[in-house]
Amino acid sequence: MSNLNEMKNIIIEKTLKLDCGKEISNFPLAYETYGNLNEKKDNAILIFHALTGDQYASGINPITKKEGWWNYAVGPGKSFDTDKFFVICANVIGGCMGSYGPGTIDPLTNKPIGTNFPVITINDMVNAQYNLLDYLKIEKLFAVAGGSMGGMQVLQFVSNFPNKAKVALPIACTASHSAQNIAFNELGRQAIMSDSNWKEGLYDEKSTNPDKGLAVARMAAHITYLSKQGLQEKFGRNLQERSDLKFGFDADFQIESYLRYQGSVFVDRFDANSYLYITRAMDYFDLTKQYGGNLSKAFKDTKTKFFIISFTSDWLYPTSENKDIVIALNAIGADVGFVEIKTDKGHDSFLLDVPDFLSTIKNYLNTTYSNINERRI
Amino acid sequence: MKEEFKVISKFIEEKSRVLDVGCGDGILMEYLLKNKVVDVRGLEISKEKVKKCLSKGLAVIEGDAENDLKQFPDLSFDIVILSQTLQAFMSPENVIENLLRVGKKVIVTIPNFGHWKVRLDLLLKGEMPVTKNLPYQWYNTPNLHMCTIQDFYNFCNNKRVNIYKSISLNGEKISNITTSNLKYKNLISELGIFLLEK
Repeated sequence: MSNLNEMKNIIIEKTLKLDCGKEISNFPLAYETYGNLNEKKDNAILIFHALTGDQYASGINPITKKEGWWNYAVGPGKSFDTDKFFVICANVIGGCMGSYGPGTIDPLTNKPIGTNFPVITINDMVNAQYNLLDYLKIEKLFAVAGGSMGGMQVLQFVSNFPNKAKVALPIACTASHSAQNIAFNELGRQAIMSDSNWKEGLYDEKSTNPDKGLAVARMAAHITYLSKQGLQEKFGRNLQERSDLKFGFDADFQIESYLRYQGSVFVDRFDANSYLYITRAMDYFDLTKQYGGNLSKAFKDTKTKFFIISFTSDWLYPTSENKDIVIALNAIGADVGFVEIKTDKGHDSFLLDVPDFLSTIKNYLNTTYSNINERRI
Repeated sequence: MKEEFKVISKFIEEKSRVLDVGCGDGILMEYLLKNKVVDVRGLEISKEKVKKCLSKGLAVIEGDAENDLKQFPDLSFDIVILSQTLQAFMSPENVIENLLRVGKKVIVTIPNFGHWKVRLDLLLKGEMPVTKNLPYQWYNTPNLHMCTIQDFYNFCNNKRVNIYKSISLNGEKISNITTSNLKYKNLISELGIFLLEK
């Protein structure tokens, strides 16, 4: 973790009142930026990450040495073209890549805060990140964008800070976390909490972590990110490095081996308690309820241009839930575009090489940016 | 069909809120944005065409007029446009009803099945007409409910829909349709353009 020193972060001194009632202050928020802020300061895009993402959206993540989570979309000449735009991405509070989270060392005990960390919400995450814009002296963003939990943050951001962003791109998300999604998150949390190493969340990161529980949580979640058709085409009933069934419980099938691998690499980069806190924040997300059952009210008088995208094979955040956002925006005459992209890659589509998706965003952003500038002249 | 767009554009006042139902590649939307100060939205059923529109930065949503017009509140647009799409719906009647609910005024354009070439085709050949404007065979046409300008007039009368203006388009020739020249215009028009009010 020698690269930890290179990590950009700000200390937010201002008190942030959390939805749970507790207050936090003097806490770190880690972030990364790509591209350059232009003189007019009108080319900034704030990107929000999903459940297991972090601030390293593009290039090589200096901690994990792997490609950034949105490397297909963010970079020079890509959808979010960093030759043109200044892309900002922060690690959410509750996360484990340098921002204030359950893994943060409590100076009093010299141990991770663990489950003494307050329960946070999507609203809290967004409010914390707003401080970064003040710090970077960005008065108005060109765009806010994100998929999945990142999309929820987009919706929360535009409702909390109306007209702070000219364009909003919520992708493969929902305005209200469904029972099915809460159920899957609970499955993951139970896997972690039933690992004897979890110790009510007060495990010491340096010794034994609830890795087994976290790996199972990841395996279960990973299935929900893919589509049945995608799995069938990629793995089918193919066997893993063997010519026949072994009549045991080793990974006979490629899909088993694949999931085990996904679980095992995940525990190297993610904190189990962060997983609990962030999934909880997603479950608590209900923007419709926040606005008294009328989602349109969340976007009242908005001048932001919305572009909502869903995927045909995404059954976790299905088109119908994305369309509910479109309907709420149309009900108040907001400027909204919507398309459902055809793909068999499931919910994960937004992170993958889906050319239709990537090119449509790229063209939309570039044209909209020049349209807005032309109108200004 | 530049002439069609010109006629439509003349019907639209500056600073109007416009919805283009079945906006296709967004050519009419672009034409309006270029020539008028309007706030224009689009609804389109084809994913490919929606992607093209969004790539051009147009506010277009993927959807089907027979199901997705519901989400727009009453009278939420000054003008709703339906260009050469009416004949493709399962229920043109319901669509027109919804257009008139959503828009203060509605522009409908229809390819005229009463044009003399169409009539002649059926009369002489005894085959379903295939023309420049109606290039499909009976077995692959998306046009489920073809009508003539006369039919559309009758429909509006029966439904008590006010035809505010009606224009005939024959090649590049633009002319008014009136009750006295209706029979003739129904014979020579390739396209009928109607401005409707409830």
